[in-house]
Amino acid sequence: MTALPHGTSPAAAATAAAAAAPASTDDDDALLTLDDVVKHFPIRRGVVIKSEVGQVRAVDGVSLTVRRGETLGLVGETGCGKSTLARCMTRLYPLTSGRITFDGRDISRLSPRAMRPYRRQMQMIFQDPYGSLNPHRRIGSIIGDPFAIHGVADGPERKRKVQELMELVGLNPEHFNRFPSDFSGGQRQRIGVARALALRPKLIVCDEPVSALDVSIQAQIINLLQTLQSELGLTYVFIAHDLSVVEHVSDRVAVMYLGKIVEIAERAALYGTPRHPYTAALLSAASVADPDRAAVRQRIVLHGDVPSPIDPPSGCRFHPRCPKAQEICSRVQPDLVPVLADLPTHVTACHFPMADGEKLGTAPVEPADDRPPGTGVW
Amino acid sequence: MPLLEVRDLTVSFHTTDGLVQAVRGVSFDVEKGHTLGVVGESGSGKTVCTQTLIGLTPGADVSGRALFDGQDLLRMSSAELRKVRGARIAAIFQDPLSSLHPLYTVGWQIVEMIRAHRHIARSAARARAIELLDMVGIPQAASRVDDYPHQFSGGMRQRAMIAMALALDPDLIIADEPTTALDATVQAQVIELMMKLQAEFDTALIIITHDMGVIAETADEVMVMYAGKAVEKADRRTLFYFPHHPYTKGLLESIPGSTAAGEKLRPIPGQPPSLISIPTGCAFHPRCQYVMDRCISEVPPLFDIAGGHTSACFLPTQILGLGEDVDRERASAAAVGRAENGAAARLAARATEEIETSGVHLPDAGALAGAGMSDRSRDPGTSQNSPDDAGTQQ
Repeated sequence: MTALPHGTSPAAAATAAAAAAPASTDDDDALLTLDDVVKHFPIRRGVVIKSEVGQVRAVDGVSLTVRRGETLGLVGETGCGKSTLARCMTRLYPLTSGRITFDGRDISRLSPRAMRPYRRQMQMIFQDPYGSLNPHRRIGSIIGDPFAIHGVADGPERKRKVQELMELVGLNPEHFNRFPSDFSGGQRQRIGVARALALRPKLIVCDEPVSALDVSIQAQIINLLQTLQSELGLTYVFIAHDLSVVEHVSDRVAVMYLGKIVEIAERAALYGTPRHPYTAALLSAASVADPDRAAVRQRIVLHGDVPSPIDPPSGCRFHPRCPKAQEICSRVQPDLVPVLADLPTHVTACHFPMADGEKLGTAPVEPADDRPPGTGVW
Repeated sequence: MPLLEVRDLTVSFHTTDGLVQAVRGVSFDVEKGHTLGVVGESGSGKTVCTQTLIGLTPGADVSGRALFDGQDLLRMSSAELRKVRGARIAAIFQDPLSSLHPLYTVGWQIVEMIRAHRHIARSAARARAIELLDMVGIPQAASRVDDYPHQFSGGMRQRAMIAMALALDPDLIIADEPTTALDATVQAQVIELMMKLQAEFDTALIIITHDMGVIAETADEVMVMYAGKAVEKADRRTLFYFPHHPYTKGLLESIPGSTAAGEKLRPIPGQPPSLISIPTGCAFHPRCQYVMDRCISEVPPLFDIAGGHTSACFLPTQILGLGEDVDRERASAAAVGRAENGAAARLAARATEEIETSGVHLPDAGALAGAGMSDRSRDPGTSQNSPDDAGTQQ
């Protein structure tokens, strides 16, 4: 493997980190801890006199832990808040409330300047390899930007480091002076990976990193990310809507529905014995590239669409679509708790978690379409 | 006679960068009531291929033949084509938001479409529109018919597109990436709906997708496209379990889930070629692990591998680990595959499919393993018999 360019000394980062308020974690293994993170976006009406008429409750109380060296998969459907959560984790969005602890320090209220030493330790890879690279800049300077911003390396040394990075992610270092438009989607995603790696971060949040790519290219990028993880000891949060991709890369998987985590478990447990009815439905709906298995599997077809996060359902947010819903589900919001006492790693937020081998029927009633006309749907 | 018979379809575009050879001699048939799956990566020509049939590629150089019910679609005047389009051949596109007009209500758009082809009263057309929306599962169709597209969710818009496609009871529906923009649970609903309605109306369907999972669930016959050519054609089972072309094998192996989780995927190296400068010989040769001298200079025709299974590759079947025994297996698998083709037959067979498929004699794993077949290719035998394996997907 090619040597990775070094950032500044770890000591400098540590000093900066020490300046931030210490936070308590009960898990030494934890690299990133989210504690009841909430992100609401206000909806404003009016031209002259603006008033807040509502809130999009994109992330509504999420607590989770990302351990060092693991890949935490995050799955959910469009609009469930997974990208917002990713941007909250990396503090690209200010939080409405809640706390984020990175490497033992509370970073949830840091000013942009105080945040800077942490920025180099947490990076993001975005979905759209076309939209996330400035088309007017050469890729050498795109990948070299992190060095410039953090004042790490200059001139010929920066160029050398950029070229090492390009080689590391499988790009030809001689293409240093080309523009993003000269590259295919897969190669652009490699540029995005190189840029994220530049400062040797501890955590990389990958937001749908392979969704825009063709399947053969997708496999190349997944392999690249996995190789880099084992060589550089990276920690990933891997967000995707494709369940088979998440199954392939993740150690643990969290399932999100309408701004809340409904289930977290080790990969095998989640895919083997899903406890939340939504997880079960999501898994059963995923397409299987195998005609025989596709023919025999039982599909749980959920009725209706994901409700709007502007006015989410009361109690358990999944209850209007849940085949197992009972009266309590519409009143009481279930907590994320272990299903079995002897398996504390598998937690789910459901009043009636599924038993081993339980089969779900389809939802008993076609839900009434009670949205007032004109509100639209999420 | 097949409903649609396409022969040697060639489509190219003149651009400032040069001649884009989007489709380079593709032939296929679609039988009444059957589903043809067209699969390939972006830029393989799969969309251009079908859009040309319904005259949606203006400015392109087109040659070849496309007989639809005996008439050549490629020789029709635009007035003639307009009569066919919508009424006899309908289309469903990937992005339902951009294929519905944002300033008109959904109902208005369906009514307009019906009245363009049939001389019926507006009120009767509206009643039909409500009936169609109800049929595709739009709740409270009678009031939602007056909604604008933005008031529908993505899944509902795609349902509305399906309603519109079915409005005039067409013989053929072309669905171009119909579920790509949808979430998994909604995709499941839409596929279920399309299959059900297809069986009900006995409509022929062309599904264009890059998603092998959609193909596995919907197609009867499958055509794999690469750089503007069909590289392999087979029925669904044969294609998944006995692929011959290295590109098809590569596609199947690069899907996560084809290897055990945590293991390395086996991607196809390199990237698809530009359609302006297509490699000589077999267009796949720069990425192919089995490449021979011949592949660089000579274009492989579609060879007949076994009853109805064709592949554009010079490799003898033995090299891919498929000896004479496996050839026989392949032929029998192809026969079984053909027998269960057709939407109606498939729907009827669905309930009993588990028993039927386990009755299919599949080659034993050992014979194939020794010959270097991939894990995936010999998996079907185990996966359908082992309840654990199936259980993970439920």
